[in-house]
Amino acid sequence: MKLTGAQIICETLHRLGVRHLFGYPGGAILPTYDAIGQSPLHHVLVRHEQGATHMADGYARASGGVGVAIATSGPGATNMVTGIATAMMDSSPVVCVTGQVGSKLLGSDAFQEIDITGITMPITKHNHIVTRTEDIARSLREAFVIAASGRPGPVLVDITKDAQQGSTTLNWDATAPQLPPKRPRVAHDQDAFERAVEMINSAKRPVLLAGHGVQIAGAVNALDRFVRRGNIPVAMTLLGIGTFPATDPLNLGMMGMHGEAWVNRAVQESDLLIAVGMRFDDRVTGDLRNYAAKAKKIHIEIDRSEINKNVRVDAALVGDAREMLEHLIPCVEQTDHSEWLAYIRELKGDSAVRDIQSLPDTGHLYAAHVISDLWKETKGQSLVVSDVGQHQMWEAQYYHHNRPRSLITSGGLGTMGFALPAAIGAKFACPSDEVWVVVGDGGFQMTMCEMATIVQEKINLKIAIVNNGFLGMVRQWQEFFYDKRYVATPMIAPDFTALAGAFGIRSERVSTREGVLPAIRRARESSETVLLDFRVEQEDSVYPMVPAGASLHEMIRRPSPLVETSTEP
Amino acid sequence: MKTIVAYVENKPGVLNRVASLVRRLAINIDSLTVGPTENEEIARMTIVVHTDEQGARRVTACLEKLVDVLLAENISGRPTVVRDLALIKVSANQESRPHLMDLVKVFRARVVDVSPESLILEISGTVGKIDSLLEVLRPFGVLEMARTGSVAMTRGADQLRPPATGAETHVIEMPSQAHPPAGRNTDAPLALPKV
Repeated sequence: MKLTGAQIICETLHRLGVRHLFGYPGGAILPTYDAIGQSPLHHVLVRHEQGATHMADGYARASGGVGVAIATSGPGATNMVTGIATAMMDSSPVVCVTGQVGSKLLGSDAFQEIDITGITMPITKHNHIVTRTEDIARSLREAFVIAASGRPGPVLVDITKDAQQGSTTLNWDATAPQLPPKRPRVAHDQDAFERAVEMINSAKRPVLLAGHGVQIAGAVNALDRFVRRGNIPVAMTLLGIGTFPATDPLNLGMMGMHGEAWVNRAVQESDLLIAVGMRFDDRVTGDLRNYAAKAKKIHIEIDRSEINKNVRVDAALVGDAREMLEHLIPCVEQTDHSEWLAYIRELKGDSAVRDIQSLPDTGHLYAAHVISDLWKETKGQSLVVSDVGQHQMWEAQYYHHNRPRSLITSGGLGTMGFALPAAIGAKFACPSDEVWVVVGDGGFQMTMCEMATIVQEKINLKIAIVNNGFLGMVRQWQEFFYDKRYVATPMIAPDFTALAGAFGIRSERVSTREGVLPAIRRARESSETVLLDFRVEQEDSVYPMVPAGASLHEMIRRPSPLVETSTEP
Repeated sequence: MKTIVAYVENKPGVLNRVASLVRRLAINIDSLTVGPTENEEIARMTIVVHTDEQGARRVTACLEKLVDVLLAENISGRPTVVRDLALIKVSANQESRPHLMDLVKVFRARVVDVSPESLILEISGTVGKIDSLLEVLRPFGVLEMARTGSVAMTRGADQLRPPATGAETHVIEMPSQAHPPAGRNTDAPLALPKV
């Protein structure tokens, strides 16, 4: 039986296990939309194509599968660019399907024609244009393999309108992926492996650095056994949060620019760093010249191009994190490292006295209180999707995640506006999870149109806006580094509760510390989406902070006593 | 300067991907040549880049991440034959022509076109040899020049072959799993769809 290209797209996606598509229709993709209507695929109508890519990204990160976004040619495709770049920087498997003008019109500047494969070349793992109906099935199947394998990433398949309209028979076996042959992965480097084992067993002050790759590789369990055997403390990157239980005594917490002081001190004073599935980002290392100067470094990483990119390492184990850890576990001697762990506990004690949670209640509402109460009330069991900025760092510091894939956030690209759409995608992946969106007043305004998607899809999210009336993180940099010249950071926001009401979403405003817990409880009891507008301290900053380009131990600490400002934005 | 040899799929857009990637790494390309190999589906590139050993490692590692690049290797420092080809149009009259012919002999170049006012010389060799010829031709008046950029090959038994079709590819060596995973298995590896 002959199928149209559009039907083949739907049939192929369905056979690949796709349930939900996040997208927006338009002229060049209309044949496919017609076929979606006849297929078992569930299409989620977004309000902006950027939202579609973030939803597919959130879906992928929450489920561990591939997320799919679909859009039309021209502006539909270009609107996807930010979402694709976000997925690329955070190694998230997303497949984007875009319509394209008919193949005879290519290159003619036709209506809504744009060279989207050219535009997305540097921000996709791979992309291609399909001009023949016969090539659709194979291209999509290859896209899924490329997106999900090795170090995952986004793939874009641009399909011309005539390819969607043409018809052919779909022979599943004949359309199997045929990717170009690669040389076999570099053989197991026994020499590097033995050096790594020797370094691990002779280290006195080791720290393991866990990144996003640990959960992508399914190496959470292996990592757990590895560090328990050697009693090695674990520091995590922002995207590594959740790969090791936050409440475990061996957990140090998040490292880097806004890592707690003890974490960065431990890294700086260590004699061995074991980096797993992370890439020594500048937000993690600070000044490279003084980064963990006394430490030997082992790098376990699947992407060969990351080795020695930022930090020179003493042993590189290129390969799957889970495989590598499994190989290492039997070679690691059981050690207690009690002196080192005791020293780290001492560092923690020093920081605790500066913690905002330990300061007397002055009636002022701080974002840290909101996050901490959210963590306590949800017992750390929620799936939290955070946006980008101060609230993102407070979330990372005060919401203690104990399981992988329970924090979704834009790390590498730092995309404001990511949280709300990504949470919608995550909710489709994990419908039984309680999903909280933690977002600033700035980022929320970038993609708040997706509230309409929430209502149309009748999904249940909890939205916590950490509203301080400023673009807080930028304001903080202006405070520290630009003499408090607040240029373009004070921000008038709409009345979010009234706005939510206009969308048909229930909401509450909270301005006091006592009000936080009851509001969170009421929100959790509701079976619908609830938006909470937390009016927090306006000019609070995220501490500690390692200024950009400074060494990791050169932190700005929270001043005491606190300098307070108004709570009313 | 580092010389990188790459085998790539011989299809549209690959040159763009390769050039775009090197640009993204903020590395300057000195020359890039591409041509078919004995296998018409595979093309071979020689890329000469302004970078150091570490930069070359990064270029080859990043190139090999591209789906259409089969292999990329830095061959600087290995025994190689590197050749560049140039066509040089030099101004020539009755008086200067014999001098030019002498130079052609010394440099083992060839005269491929003669006209009353000029000659076209063809020379192949290392970049240095061509540069030297160019220097001695300058006083005569170089009117035009076209150069190919370097092509390179490692010597003797040191063979650089593209991986054979059906060779192990790290792109598809993933556990096969249903997609998406049922519920959230917190320690499932990334689910690869049954494709």
